[in-house]
Amino acid sequence: MEAERVLCRLADIPPGEGRTFEVGGERIAVFHTRAGGVFATAADCPHKAGPMADGLVGGTTVTCPLHERVYDLRSGKELSGECDIAVYPVRLSADGQVVMPAPVAAVAG
Amino acid sequence: MAKRKLVVIGNGMAGARAVEEVLARGGAKLFDITMFGDEPYGNYNRILLSNILSGIQDASEIFLNPLDWYAENGITLHAGSPVTEVDRFARVVQAANGVRAGYDVLLIATGSRAFIPPIPGIFLGERRLKPGVFGFRTIDDCEGIAAAAGEGRKAAVIGGGLLGLEAARGLLQHGCEVHVIHLAGHLMEQQLDTQGGAILRRTMEGMGIQVHVGTSTGQVLGEERVTGLAFKDGTVLDCELVVVAAGIRPNSEIGLRAGLTVERAIVVDNHMRSVDDMNIYVVGECAQHRGRVYGLVAPLWDQAKVFAEHVTESNRDAAYHGSKLATKLKVMGVELASMGVTEPSEERDEVIQFSEPRRGTYKKLIVRDGRLIGGILMGDISKAAYLMQAFDRDSPLPEERLSLLFDLGAPPQKVTLDEMPAEAQVCNCNGVSKAAIGQCVAGGNRTLAAVMNATRAGKGCGSCKGLVSDLVAWFAGGEVEEDPSVHWYVPGIPLRKPELIEAIREKELKSVSAVFRELGGGIEDANAKPALASLLAVVWKGDHVAEPDARFINERIHANIQKDGTFSVVPPMPGGATTPAELRRIAEVAERFNVPLVKLTGGQRIDLLGVRKEDLPAVWAALGTVSGHAYGKTFRTCKACVGTEFCRFGLGDSIALARKIEDRFKGIDSPHKMKLATTGCPRNCSEALIKDVGFVAVGDGKWEIYVGGAGGSHVRKGDLLCTVASHEEALLLGGRFMQYYREEAKYKERTYTWIERVGIERVRAVVVEDSEGIAARLDAAMQESVDAYVDPWSELIKQRETTRFASLIPAGE
Ligand code: SRM
Ligand SMILES: Cc1cc2nc3c(=O)[nH]c(=O)nc-3n(C[C@H](O)[C@H](O)[C@H](O)COP(=O)(O)OP(=O)(O)OC[C@H]3O[C@@H](n4cnc5c(N)ncnc54)[C@H](O)[C@@H]3O)c2cc1C
Ligand code: SF4
Ligand code: FES
Repeated sequence: MEAERVLCRLADIPPGEGRTFEVGGERIAVFHTRAGGVFATAADCPHKAGPMADGLVGGTTVTCPLHERVYDLRSGKELSGECDIAVYPVRLSADGQVVMPAPVAAVAG
Repeated sequence: MAKRKLVVIGNGMAGARAVEEVLARGGAKLFDITMFGDEPYGNYNRILLSNILSGIQDASEIFLNPLDWYAENGITLHAGSPVTEVDRFARVVQAANGVRAGYDVLLIATGSRAFIPPIPGIFLGERRLKPGVFGFRTIDDCEGIAAAAGEGRKAAVIGGGLLGLEAARGLLQHGCEVHVIHLAGHLMEQQLDTQGGAILRRTMEGMGIQVHVGTSTGQVLGEERVTGLAFKDGTVLDCELVVVAAGIRPNSEIGLRAGLTVERAIVVDNHMRSVDDMNIYVVGECAQHRGRVYGLVAPLWDQAKVFAEHVTESNRDAAYHGSKLATKLKVMGVELASMGVTEPSEERDEVIQFSEPRRGTYKKLIVRDGRLIGGILMGDISKAAYLMQAFDRDSPLPEERLSLLFDLGAPPQKVTLDEMPAEAQVCNCNGVSKAAIGQCVAGGNRTLAAVMNATRAGKGCGSCKGLVSDLVAWFAGGEVEEDPSVHWYVPGIPLRKPELIEAIREKELKSVSAVFRELGGGIEDANAKPALASLLAVVWKGDHVAEPDARFINERIHANIQKDGTFSVVPPMPGGATTPAELRRIAEVAERFNVPLVKLTGGQRIDLLGVRKEDLPAVWAALGTVSGHAYGKTFRTCKACVGTEFCRFGLGDSIALARKIEDRFKGIDSPHKMKLATTGCPRNCSEALIKDVGFVAVGDGKWEIYVGGAGGSHVRKGDLLCTVASHEEALLLGGRFMQYYREEAKYKERTYTWIERVGIERVRAVVVEDSEGIAARLDAAMQESVDAYVDPWSELIKQRETTRFASLIPAGE
């Protein structure tokens, strides 16, 4: 097994917001929910490539800033079932780092 | 402090309602209340007497305040004991049965009585009606009529107005042969024109009622009791029963004897107080206000409220301004509604008319300057609710006049929905078809909100929301669930806006996350976040905790997101006026940052489109201006025309006023965008008539303020709010209007929808006439918001938050 990748410190992403990261040539949106969870999706909305990290996070959903499609951060499922977004496994380390297993691989979408 | 004594003469609809209104304002603590009533009952709903007569309801069913109610509220009621004297100097009233009661405040609500015309033979002796002759005003009258009526009896009703026809219908129900004797040339001449009267007559005759119009009764025949009527044209009608419904007369004698000014009724001021005596108020049909005496209940509800607010001092400025009258005839089998005038009276009046006499359908509307001033609807009154509201509120009517009389697409809309092809696109923004909505409903979503969430139908520009709602109802086949959440400010927190504001204040909730924690059960809703953030800014005026994640990206980053994830930057340009130096600076910035498109906006300023996120702070800094707020649910711009400075027609300095407006209100948060304009004359070159707030110079330093205009996805001419005499007053009134809108409107509700919902009358009353006594508070709240303004661009430039403007961050080591 390869080593995990550290993306950033949790504090780099303000609570309730997302940021776009470049990891191993891929662009990934990472979210820090107000409940303290971390999630990751593809950076671009599958609809018309809206920047997901600029979306609105509520509970465990994110709403795309361009045309308001709502995705479940856990599964990548869109609320109306029209198009799903890729999600990536990320976790919070004991010392407050956002880490991702490498190689980067989507688990859904 | 000792309680004061409130005495009420008259225990009818107005008197009892007035007391209820007093109690609702804590009056039980202020007053010992004593009521006198001529009738031996508690207060009942006089309107429903026609139902008693026709046997639809029983007398016991129409009581509004049964005797227990008086006891429970500590009110001393003397029923069946009319007051005969008022001694204004001793402040004592005297009742017929000897009871005397002292008062500090006296309310006269003696109503009216049936008017009995002095026809020879109508009375037996001094004032007693000849047996068989009845008025139609009280429960006792109804019981008398019902006892005298019966199968095959011949009955005559004198008077073919609202009450006469209701009485006639009731008598028919008892099996009588019914004749209506009417003096005027057509029925209900107060409410109908000749043509409408003729159609109503046919309808009544079709029911078996015989109508004699243009007929004057000369004598009531019979020695001991009535046996018939003799008419002035020499003919005679045999009958055993006569109901007189020839109008009403206010019971104002009590006022006359007490020395109060009485014309047609007791004359009152705007507080419903006698013009002669500070301690005596008058409400209901015995009151004359601005020359008018009313004979319907709607005005007395308003009067009762004004009285209560004034006397309990909950609002010393409470004032009654008169009522507009609309009625519906409550005759089984006849659909009739009428309002306002029946005929046009000025050349500019427009008449819209439709008539189908054979089916008893007649519709006529009289429109002046785009507003309804009168209307008659007979046969089909499906549009009555809408029209009565438009009439009452004086709201502008749609240009398409036909839609005023009919639901266009009639035959009924159901057929239209039925006929609509399954693949027809309902929501163009989100491409949702009729079939998709059907599937969604079939899948168990039975509220509009649920269907909108699941399909996104109606979530774009919103213009299809009505159709989506109709379709949901149609697919659900009547099983739509009432969706209480439509009244909430945000989903998930079951409170309306005023209740939510109160809870936020009471618990001192200063951040969106605190609101979710304390009021939303800890559940965060993405949709609700921007709405709450906006509300907190209005409530706390700068003294709240801003949480960027609660804001839509545009307001988080203070620029407008574009389709490719870049942003647009719009520096302010108040009044649309600029300078060569400013243009040069903008040009330099555009070149230095390779801005792909420089464009003039419809808001009279310059837009730099396609700016990269990471360049935003540098662009702002280079521009050296405050934010233009072209992206927020905030005050946006104030456009201006040339005005007096250069224009040969200018009547006011529109550029100067626009600059003051923009300087004062820049960036103020609100439920939706607020776009303003000033125009130097009514030629309206800056389109001030279709702005949220528009100021039109009319000369002599005066400005007309128009509000609720729209020129986007919806087009609407603003309503005239008021005329002001200076720039300062324009800023004050415009600001007060905006503050009221900020506090009252739902999130994302533009002024034009809000005004159509609450009515310009109400807005004007609050903002201009200060009917609720909150003007000073609104002004102060706006001032606080103005004082709390911080320019977000310079804040963000200073802040240099590490990742806020990064569009791509390399992963850590
Ligand atoms: C830049 C501008 C068009 C232009 O190039 O002229 C513009 C651009 C947008 N308008 Fe507008 N509107 C612009 C003037 C107008 C005007 C004219 C005006 O302001 O005098 C109107 C009609 C007046 C009005 O607001 O009623 C207007 C009515 C709308 C509407 C419909 C609002 C409505 O309730 O009817 C929307 C949609 C909305 O708000 O939901 C909208 C939304 C938008 C948005 C913000 C859509 C969005 O959310 O991204 C557009 C951003 C485009 C972009 O990529 O940056 N824009 N828009 C104008 C900026 C004016 C400014 O200086 O601030
Ligand atoms: C059959 C019928 C149908 C109606 N239908 C409608 C309708 O559809 N819509 C509508 O808007 N309106 C309707 N009205 C009119 C409506 O009922 C009146 O406008 C309303 O009742 C007036 O209220 P008020 O309190 O002024 O008078 P009232 O309700 O008449 O109350 C006055 C009370 O004061 C008492 N009183 C009088 N003098 C004295 C005294 N000296 N001492 C003590 N007590 C006294 C009277 O006995 C009476 O009980 C209808 C009326 C009738 C009769
Ligand atoms: S009208 Fe406004 S919202 Fe529509 S494309 Fe043009 S700028 Fe965009
Ligand atoms: S790009 Fe995300 S919803 Fe359209």
